[in-house]
Amino acid sequence: ISGSGSTLLGYIGIDTIIEQMRKKTMKTGFDFNIMVVGHSGLGKSTLVNTLFKSQVSRKSAGWARDDKIPKTVDIKAVSHVLEEGGVKMKLTVVDTPGFGDQINNDNCWEPISKYINEQYEKFLKEEVNITRKKRIPDTRVHCCLYFISPTGHSLRQLDVEFMKRLSHSVNIIPVIAKADTMTIEERQDFKQRVRKELEMGGIEFYPQKEFDEDMEDKSDNDKIREAMPFAVVGSDKEYQVNGKRVLGRKTAWGIVEVENPNHCEFAQLRDFLIRSHLQDLKEVTHNIHYETYRAKRLNENGGLHPISSNDTQESNL
Amino acid sequence: MTSNIRYKSRIPVKTEENAEEKQYVGFATLPNQVHRKSVKKGFDFTLMVAGESGMGKSTLVNSLFLTDLYKDRKLLNAEERINQTVEIIKHTVDIEEKGVKLKLTIVDTPGFGDAVNNNECWKPITDYIDQQFEQYFRDESGLNRKNIQDNRVHCCLYFIPPFGHGLRPVDVEFMKALHEKVNIIPLIAKADCLTPNEIKKLKDRIREEIDKFGIKVYQFPECDSDEDEEFKQLDKELKECTPFAVIGSNTVVEARGQRVRGRLYPWGIVEVENQSHCDFVKLRNMLIRSHMHDLKDVTCDVHYENYRAQCIQEMTSKLAQDNRMESPIPILPLSTPDVETEKLIKMKDEELKRMQEMLNKMQQQMHDKDQ
Repeated sequence: ISGSGSTLLGYIGIDTIIEQMRKKTMKTGFDFNIMVVGHSGLGKSTLVNTLFKSQVSRKSAGWARDDKIPKTVDIKAVSHVLEEGGVKMKLTVVDTPGFGDQINNDNCWEPISKYINEQYEKFLKEEVNITRKKRIPDTRVHCCLYFISPTGHSLRQLDVEFMKRLSHSVNIIPVIAKADTMTIEERQDFKQRVRKELEMGGIEFYPQKEFDEDMEDKSDNDKIREAMPFAVVGSDKEYQVNGKRVLGRKTAWGIVEVENPNHCEFAQLRDFLIRSHLQDLKEVTHNIHYETYRAKRLNENGGLHPISSNDTQESNL
Repeated sequence: MTSNIRYKSRIPVKTEENAEEKQYVGFATLPNQVHRKSVKKGFDFTLMVAGESGMGKSTLVNSLFLTDLYKDRKLLNAEERINQTVEIIKHTVDIEEKGVKLKLTIVDTPGFGDAVNNNECWKPITDYIDQQFEQYFRDESGLNRKNIQDNRVHCCLYFIPPFGHGLRPVDVEFMKALHEKVNIIPLIAKADCLTPNEIKKLKDRIREEIDKFGIKVYQFPECDSDEDEEFKQLDKELKECTPFAVIGSNTVVEARGQRVRGRLYPWGIVEVENQSHCDFVKLRNMLIRSHMHDLKDVTCDVHYENYRAQCIQEMTSKLAQDNRMESPIPILPLSTPDVETEKLIKMKDEELKRMQEMLNKMQQQMHDKDQ
């Protein structure tokens, strides 16, 4: 970075700000909220556990494996604090049992939409307060993993309905669940068909084209968009393969290795979600989805009045 | 060896004594004569497949019967399927093997369970089955019964997704709507995405839920007590293996030096006909090689008869109401009238009994009120 005309005579040390920010982030830690949506049995809990290499899902939190499918969609959030390399992350996994499991699934997306908006509302109320907390607790959903059933044919109607309605209020990342149901060829065909249907339905999944900031972003994100939705397999069991211990699924005809890019695209999803775009997911949620919600709220009913933190919360949505 | 060998009788004939020979009549060959006549006439079998799209139904049917019934099928995408209702599509194919002809009809049910709102999505299916029964009933009661076409559904393969933790509400409702109209054989579809442990857990869970919800799936008949131990053992294994976890494939792959039907994954090859990989062979043997005839029998003797009895009951009660002498369909069939009137009398008796019980109850209630 150089100013127009002037040359820096000697080293000032502006670049150390990055190091200072990094140290600060490590000390304060950060929040990340991920929601999983899909009908029961698609391996949502297992995948989340595999992604974060810990027992972080609702099922591992001691809630018994529900014997009955709930009559309406439940929203269940479980939080854990994970630490890696000195960085602390408070991970909240929001599960949605009951979605798509009934005979009549009309409007089963409404409880989910309501939850997402409630988190925006909570944040907005804090922001608008006279005396604001130093760090507003962030319960907003940063990322919604939508699990597509690997039928091999195309998207189901419910998939299209859900993603159409929610892609404008939250970052949706569609994934193809239980990818070990399909051969590589079937998987490619399926992906192509799914991508076409997403396009035809006008569904903008994350990373959305319109939010690419510069050419570099665009080219990176184009590559990712072309490879999505990622076909994944999850597992919390380890097996010995070629002298190494790997996470996998053991069948009578071989071991499916979760982190082997020749077997499935879990590693790609993990790298994308956690190692490169984690911060961006939060930023898009804050700068775009939340701002959209805020603008809408402030425009209706003459806006929100700043309240003191003594008032009870009411969210009329 | 005597000249009795001509009849190819399976019953050992004592040929040593002339006295025995004189007593041997020869009707023991009847099964063989029936066999020969049937071979000439050919068999028919109607199989229905039901389950949501993408469960591998078409692939399994093709694998079972070694055909390609779905060559020209066009798969619809999600937008196109938005207003689609459940359809009933029939494919018929004539198969001949070792001189035996089979007219196989596959009844497909595209659209089942695919919509957002699947309320009563099984209604077109139950209507179809009832229509076939009704048509057969009319034909059977008619005057010219030479060429009755039997389109009744002999068996329904129901595909349960392997992704769940057991039966879903739509599975339970579907099977309950159909279990008294057709032989239901539940299958676990696309079983190659499950580990052996997961398959076992799922099967146990499904069997438990079938019991819990009172679903009457097709039961294999008990072995005759004089069958040999090996057969009995096989039969027992078959029964404990339900619901069958199946895989289908239309492609041939190379495995262990042989060309077999299978699916090629980066981590291994699944062989459709390998019993340690899935239950396809068990299903095929049961469906085609040992129980095809029993499935037809149960359809005729149980499901159809239930339908018929119900039909007659409705018609007689309607007659009683209308008090008309004539009826559009000759309800008294040409077969044994005694059985029919006996059935009617029995039904009337039961109705009377129920009314009597209701009266008693009402009297009791009034009596309690008075006190």
